[in-house]
Amino acid sequence: MLAAPAVIYLLTFLAVPLSLLAATSVLSRGPYGDVVFKFTADNYTRLFDPLYLKILLDSLTIAGATTAITLLIGYPLAWWMARAPQRVRSVALFAILVPFWTNFLIRIYAWILILRSGGLLEGLLAGLGLWRGSIELLYTPWAVLIGMVYEFLPFMVLPLYASLEKIDEAQLAAAADLGARPFQVFRRVVLPLGLPGLAAGSILVFVPAMGMFAVPDLMGGARTLLVGNLIRNQFLVARDWPFGAAAAMVLVALTLALLVLYTRFADQETLV
Amino acid sequence: MSGGRALWLRVWAAVVFGYLYLPILVLVVFSFNSQKLNLRWQGFTLDWYKVLFADTRIQEAAVNSLVVAGAATSVSTVIGTLLALALARYRLAQPAQLLLYIAIIVPEVVLGIALLIWFSQLGITTGLLTVAAGHVVLCTPFVALTVRARLAGYDRTFEEAAMDLGAREWTTFWRVTLPAIWPGVLSGALLAFTLSLDDYVVALFTAGPGATTLPLRIFSMVRFSITPEINALSTVWVVGVSLILLVGQMCVKKSPS
Repeated sequence: MLAAPAVIYLLTFLAVPLSLLAATSVLSRGPYGDVVFKFTADNYTRLFDPLYLKILLDSLTIAGATTAITLLIGYPLAWWMARAPQRVRSVALFAILVPFWTNFLIRIYAWILILRSGGLLEGLLAGLGLWRGSIELLYTPWAVLIGMVYEFLPFMVLPLYASLEKIDEAQLAAAADLGARPFQVFRRVVLPLGLPGLAAGSILVFVPAMGMFAVPDLMGGARTLLVGNLIRNQFLVARDWPFGAAAAMVLVALTLALLVLYTRFADQETLV
Repeated sequence: MSGGRALWLRVWAAVVFGYLYLPILVLVVFSFNSQKLNLRWQGFTLDWYKVLFADTRIQEAAVNSLVVAGAATSVSTVIGTLLALALARYRLAQPAQLLLYIAIIVPEVVLGIALLIWFSQLGITTGLLTVAAGHVVLCTPFVALTVRARLAGYDRTFEEAAMDLGAREWTTFWRVTLPAIWPGVLSGALLAFTLSLDDYVVALFTAGPGATTLPLRIFSMVRFSITPEINALSTVWVVGVSLILLVGQMCVKKSPS
């Protein structure tokens, strides 16, 4: 009884719409951008067009690079937080969350101010005497990567922290006492025990990064088109809903595949 | 391994926090810059705040966003809390967890277009109501999981005691259960409110032309012009959200655990 309102709501506004989306992906586009009830697999075969394969590949590359870089930046930070005194930990956790709560468009805008030609980074580099002249960074895939890393870093740090925090100090001491050098302690103790957090963080970064279109829109210029942009364009610009739905289904399939992989080596509770 | 006390780790943490905060600091500082192009610091001014507070389109969008966030938060807090209670009590409710996981893991763009298809099938004109409906889907799992976490250490014997002493189920809920889970409900609601306020993607697909929310407005501003007015808006936003967070923290700490 208690569950009924939420279940009914989520069935109505989540399960039914997603089923409709799946159905739309095998229907045809009508002459006026409407959806016609005629079964076709064309929407999926069209995705194999080199143009769209490139978009998919670019998305995988950028999402993958974002995941790898947030992991490299976030892992030492999460480890430091997990081993810091209790009071420092809660302050650090709060400090990670505050930028995360400021609107993500605002954060993108901050980076546009920094990266644009004649912008603050150029001024800083010139001021330090490191580099004179313009840096052509904004409106390139590199800018998209910078923006994505900044957006998604907290998603990586939080699950990593949650997982690393649980590691018992005694286990580290035991490994060290038995003669393991710091790197060995990391590889043999910390890394395996923190694996659920690493996997959760990677999924929480990779999945939304694959569907992200606001960062490429604002920082990538016309040259960077990712799966998210493709889907958005089919729905709001080109009005080819069935094709957009097919692209979305590919995104969903990829997400599910990652989740299945994840549940193979982590217990379900660390998922969120 | 000296754990969190190693010097390079501390340096690294400082660098990363600098990286997280520097762009925001830049935004705030340059909201007081008198140069319109906002390329270099020129001089102090409050003009951009005057421009911002005279901008009727921003005001309209802010009101829209607050209405949507208020509605989405109320609905998702109620149904999410009830669902969390059900999950903690009845094994029969477990399949509902699957819906929560789907809601969390489905990419926002996919949720947005799915809702767009659904609303157009139903023949519903998109507007603030449809945005709020979409936001409830975004927010409910976070409320449910936050309250659920709070319920993990909850002892139901108090409820049984209240009932034994003659309290009805409803009274027991108001007087015993709700006070105990209140911090969880409050942080869930706070999370829901900020999620809704922050959302651009779902709103893009479910808002009609007349229902511009603040993120939608910010997007078009950032897309088409660079003006320190956006800096001023960002500063107000950052300060506002920090205040909400601080007040929320204090409320959660004050309430009995």
